[in-house]
Amino acid sequence: MTEYKLMKGNEALAEAAILAGCDAYFGYPITPQSEVLEYLAREMPKHNRIVMQAESEVASINMVYGAAGAGFRAMTSSSSPGISLMQEGISYIAGAELPCLLVNVNRAGPGLGTIQPGQGDYFQSTKGGGHGDYRMIVLAPASVQEMADFVFLGFDLADQYRNPVLILSDGAIGQMMEKVKFKPYTRPQTDKSSWATTGKPKTRGRNYITSLHIQPEKMEEHNKHLEEKFRKIRENEVRFEEINTSDADYLFVAYGLSARICQKAMDIARQKGIKAGLLRPITLYPYPYQRLNELASQVKMLLSVELNSGQMVEDVRLAVNGKRPVEFYGRMGGMMPTPEEIVHHLETLIQYHHVN
Amino acid sequence: MSTDLHELPVTNVEPALVCGKQEDEYEVVYHKPATMVDTAMHYCPGCAHSLVHKLIMEVVEELDIQDKTVGVAPVGCSVFAYDYMDIDMSEAAHGRACAVATGIKRLMPEKYVFTYQGDGDLAAIGIAETLHAINRGENILIVFMNNAVYGMTSGQMAPTTLPGMHTTTSPDGRDVSFYGAPIKVSELMANLPGAFFVTRQAVNNPNAVRRTKKALLNAFKYQQLHKGTCIVEIIGNCPSNWKMTPVEAAKFIDEEMVKTFPLGDIKIPAAEDLKIF
Ligand SMILES: Cc1ncc(C[n+]2csc(CCOP(=O)(O)OP(=O)(O)O)c2C)c(N)n1
Ligand code: SF4
Ligand SMILES: [Mg+2]
Repeated sequence: MTEYKLMKGNEALAEAAILAGCDAYFGYPITPQSEVLEYLAREMPKHNRIVMQAESEVASINMVYGAAGAGFRAMTSSSSPGISLMQEGISYIAGAELPCLLVNVNRAGPGLGTIQPGQGDYFQSTKGGGHGDYRMIVLAPASVQEMADFVFLGFDLADQYRNPVLILSDGAIGQMMEKVKFKPYTRPQTDKSSWATTGKPKTRGRNYITSLHIQPEKMEEHNKHLEEKFRKIRENEVRFEEINTSDADYLFVAYGLSARICQKAMDIARQKGIKAGLLRPITLYPYPYQRLNELASQVKMLLSVELNSGQMVEDVRLAVNGKRPVEFYGRMGGMMPTPEEIVHHLETLIQYHHVN
Repeated sequence: MSTDLHELPVTNVEPALVCGKQEDEYEVVYHKPATMVDTAMHYCPGCAHSLVHKLIMEVVEELDIQDKTVGVAPVGCSVFAYDYMDIDMSEAAHGRACAVATGIKRLMPEKYVFTYQGDGDLAAIGIAETLHAINRGENILIVFMNNAVYGMTSGQMAPTTLPGMHTTTSPDGRDVSFYGAPIKVSELMANLPGAFFVTRQAVNNPNAVRRTKKALLNAFKYQQLHKGTCIVEIIGNCPSNWKMTPVEAAKFIDEEMVKTFPLGDIKIPAAEDLKIF
């Protein structure tokens, strides 16, 4: 029987990478996620895996590109400014359809910002980030357990779709300690021999990794091919969690750390007789538009709670499409809303919209 | 497309038209390496890239390492190298070839991994990745194509542009007091302990081609030693952006380029490091 361990989010993620068969990790130190590199620098060599501190995030992401292109399970992790620096590489990886796992332990910005947790990278993560038409599958853990679980899921989805997968965490989930259980894992079989650059035997044509399609017709064809893949992802990979939605009049929509705060806010609201529920998107791309639209028919108002100035709320509005009022509450710069503060805001909005 | 006669496959010569001999009466004195894709190249007439591609592929054929070789070609005129070299290859973002090659080689240390980088790529945008890869002593070969300009983007100034040289972004000639002097990257790279073999060659005449071929052959072989990075800089002709004929470009290398970039070995392996050969 697998046992619970007490671990930091970042370390649970690092341990999961080893258990998931990650062949190579390349990274550059940045708070609040340096533990990932530190943990793997200590543990990966014991498993004969490759771990390297690169000279920059630009180098890390391109090392990932090389290793993933050769068919290996490769990953990197960083925090906001470092992820910004990687965007060109991520775009190339998406263009060349290389499976790999990326982790952003989001801190508050813009600029150097602060090392405190934030969710200001929602747009960057879900709407492209780098140049060109591409999407990443974005997984948003809300616990140390999910920091571990999503590594296995992330690698598998990356292989399945030949697409980069991003775990979008934040400084609090990365740093906090909780119990975590590493479940037994069987790695799905994936055959990469038709495209990985491992050296060309006489028996096959050459494999090459590229995102370059200089002829407009070919470029459009490739874009269409990518879009078809993203359509499949949107169709099959939407994940979310619902709490108390069956009788809810008011719906909190929140992911990651904000979802945990909203869960407490929901309990307080219910004690006050306000029937609140929570929808927590687990995949931020693909986004649970459809489920939100269904719930919008049932509830009186939706409140998106985020650690930014209002980013995911745009997707909630797209989903609800004018059916109900969609409101936003956010704190920034590493400041956390208290559950009471959120409930107070909800009460004010109920008054304002006369929706009680 | 190259118009160099040597590039034409032997089969293109119509035997009946030459001295009235039958095909089987000819001795084959030259053939294109089987590791080259049989296709027309997009390079300009007199361009060094096509010739150097062929030299690398000859080496791969002679060493019989096609199944163990992975190349990395970053953005630059030669980003299409994978259309011509019949080996597994990876495109890389501008400047990032050495990081990509690191990712490949660290996971497959027994493979032969080389990058093929222009001077803009290696000496400007990618100098950090290049120097750090060499400093780590990555067991890769860096083929450094120095044509003193940004070829692909049509002839802007590079960090290697000669003093006074006219380019589209230095229309009055490179002003050293404003932009500094051209970087001699190979000399800089040779200073790093991770560099095993550093040489600067050219391909503007038959002898130079032979020396370059030899340097490439050695550099590929040295990868078996796991002793560090090999760098073969090649002063490349870029007639189009130098606004010269191929012949003038070949002369320009001997008369001007070598003043700033003298040809020859810059760092050679110690004799005891080569004992197994
Ligand atoms: C990030 C980025 N910046 C700029 C470019 C545009 N660009 C493409 S090739 C090139 C210069 C290539 O010059 P060099 O490396 O010397 O190769 P050459 O074409 O001369 O062989 C530039 C600036 C790019 N592709 N990516
Ligand atoms: S522009 Fe220069 S480097 Fe590029 S193909 Fe033409 S001659 Fe070669
Ligand atoms: Mg150049």
